[in-house]
Amino acid sequence: MNLFNTIFIGFKEIWSHKFRSLLTMFGVVLGVASLVGMSAIIKGMENGMRESMVAMGGADKVVIQNQSVPAHQDHLADQAPGKTMRDVMALQASAPLIRLVSPEMEVEDVAITRGQKMTQPTECVGVWPAVLEMNLHTLEHGRFFNDMDDANASPVCVIGTGIRDDLFGRPEAVGREIIPLGEQILINGQPFTIIGMFQHYMGEQEAKERELAKLAKPQDPSQAGPKRQRGWGRHGGWAFQRKNMTVYMPLNTAWIRFRAAGDKDGILDPRLTDIDIKVLNVERLEASLQQARNVLLQSHRGIEDFTFQTQENQLETISKQIKNARLSGGIIAGISLLVGGIGIMNIMLASINERVREIGTCKALGATGLDVFVQILVESVVLALLGAVAGVAASYLLVDVLALLSPTSNSPVITPMAMAVGVGFSALVGISAGLIPAIKAANLQPIQALRYE
Amino acid sequence: MALLELRNVSKIYHLGGEEIRALDDISLDIEGGEFCSIIGPSGSGKSTLMHILGCLDSPSLGSIRLDGIEVARASQRELAHVRNRKIGFVFQFFNLLPKLNVVQNVELPMIYAGIGGSERRQRALKALEMVELTNRLKNRPSQLSGGQQQRVAIARALVNDPKIIFADEPTGNLDTHTGEIILALFRQLSQEGRTVILVTHNPEIAAVTPRRIEIRNGKIADRVDERLAGLDRLAAGQPATLPEAN
Repeated sequence: MNLFNTIFIGFKEIWSHKFRSLLTMFGVVLGVASLVGMSAIIKGMENGMRESMVAMGGADKVVIQNQSVPAHQDHLADQAPGKTMRDVMALQASAPLIRLVSPEMEVEDVAITRGQKMTQPTECVGVWPAVLEMNLHTLEHGRFFNDMDDANASPVCVIGTGIRDDLFGRPEAVGREIIPLGEQILINGQPFTIIGMFQHYMGEQEAKERELAKLAKPQDPSQAGPKRQRGWGRHGGWAFQRKNMTVYMPLNTAWIRFRAAGDKDGILDPRLTDIDIKVLNVERLEASLQQARNVLLQSHRGIEDFTFQTQENQLETISKQIKNARLSGGIIAGISLLVGGIGIMNIMLASINERVREIGTCKALGATGLDVFVQILVESVVLALLGAVAGVAASYLLVDVLALLSPTSNSPVITPMAMAVGVGFSALVGISAGLIPAIKAANLQPIQALRYE
Repeated sequence: MALLELRNVSKIYHLGGEEIRALDDISLDIEGGEFCSIIGPSGSGKSTLMHILGCLDSPSLGSIRLDGIEVARASQRELAHVRNRKIGFVFQFFNLLPKLNVVQNVELPMIYAGIGGSERRQRALKALEMVELTNRLKNRPSQLSGGQQQRVAIARALVNDPKIIFADEPTGNLDTHTGEIILALFRQLSQEGRTVILVTHNPEIAAVTPRRIEIRNGKIADRVDERLAGLDRLAAGQPATLPEAN
């Protein structure tokens, strides 16, 4: 008996019970849709996380962080120097494997005002020009501050577009792009001049949306009130949002103008918030960090009050999160597929009970047990595969609905891999669900089947 | 050598520790080309005999040779093969598959025989021509009358060109007139040289067949019950009503 005929008869059988088959398939549809949909959302998440990683400054970036001194150095804790410019100088002078050192001194609790408008930046930091390369910033307008500004502790700053949006207005709202070079703003009450502005950073999703917005017709001006946003937060993803809400000023400016209150022995608090370094060669990250550590131990008089936070660590965290999300998504999809499979098995068992007479007739006409077995199995697999195909189609819908319900900045990506896995698994479910009914049907004795009333 | 040889065949069922001999030590020969009926009251074991003759069931004891093949101890797979190639079945309730149309129903045994599509269609049409149903090819069984359904079933039984045709009460579900037409078909098949075995309790049908085998309590009766075999009517000069096959 050839497979084509078997499949043909299988389809006929399914078609003759349309509603029942549809209901049966529904379990598989849900399973596959959730599998494909979940993996699409996780893929989107993954893309977003990787994008954010790059936005935060590449894999070769390492952040030197504070750490409480180890237990055996407890008695030295009050002598721990923290991160200072000494470390920066030492690293520059004696750590050739470190390519770039960028000291940062954060000004905390900052409110920036201009007239009646106020905003709070995500970071307001005193930096060196090295920060541009460190954090992958691109200056689009004006200039960055130079050594003179640093030496004079000039009240100048370079801002991100988010700050401009808040203090001067969004280009979308104002209708034109404002470039506020030379404008004065107040940072915690102190006047600063804007001398530069970064480009607008955005993820792929926002870039796409902007492209679309350009193509779209202009908004109906009669619409009342401001345009509302969907969901929480702003567009663009947190990493980009964060980057756009940056205010940079010369390091000395931050130190002298904002750290004056926290003096220590008559010297302004010299401690830096962060030292970011970039290594020469990512492949020799371990060696580079070892070198930096040796240098820092020198400048810290042997007190180990620092640690290195690599992007690799973050990458690990990210991939762990993705793995967890995959696992939970997979479990949910697996359970729904299982339920779908049980549904199929149930209906196949009912179906062969109904068709005992038919099966007996087929056997009397010369069908072997194998013929009957294959027939039932094919029906079950066809059911599951039809469900899988419908499920893949439904997953597109599901993804759209989910994106509507919980907007993320990263659009879900339906991958061919996920589809293949979904269809493959449903075939597997179809086979395993059909196995018991098929064995039962194959073992029916022709006379028992014919007598069955 | 006879087409069908039964030697000391018994079929024993065990029902709650009690032994029931549905067939008790039956020996029987049926020659090729014979037209015979198996008769007997209900419960006599005639259906069991037909199932065993038709390779639907295996005997508990004894041996059966069908066309020289020993089938009593054959595997399920071999039995399926024998049923497919050597035997055609016609049932009381027609047993057509409701989801397939007439041609597909007739093609079914050939599908199991592994015959290719075009030959299948050709042979199915030929068989349907024989039962004069070529005008209802695409109909479902439910759209046909009982007589038409039974003719489809006969076409299906014939399509693999079997040695033996078994019919279990083939007219049992039909009115007298339609039954006569079906019976005429069987007679025609017999005249064409096929072995036809009818299982019935209808004396009028038994009267038509040259040979009658009566089963009583699981054994072959020594003397055929004349009333049951329809012979009393023949003796009374009242021929069995049967239109000549044309």
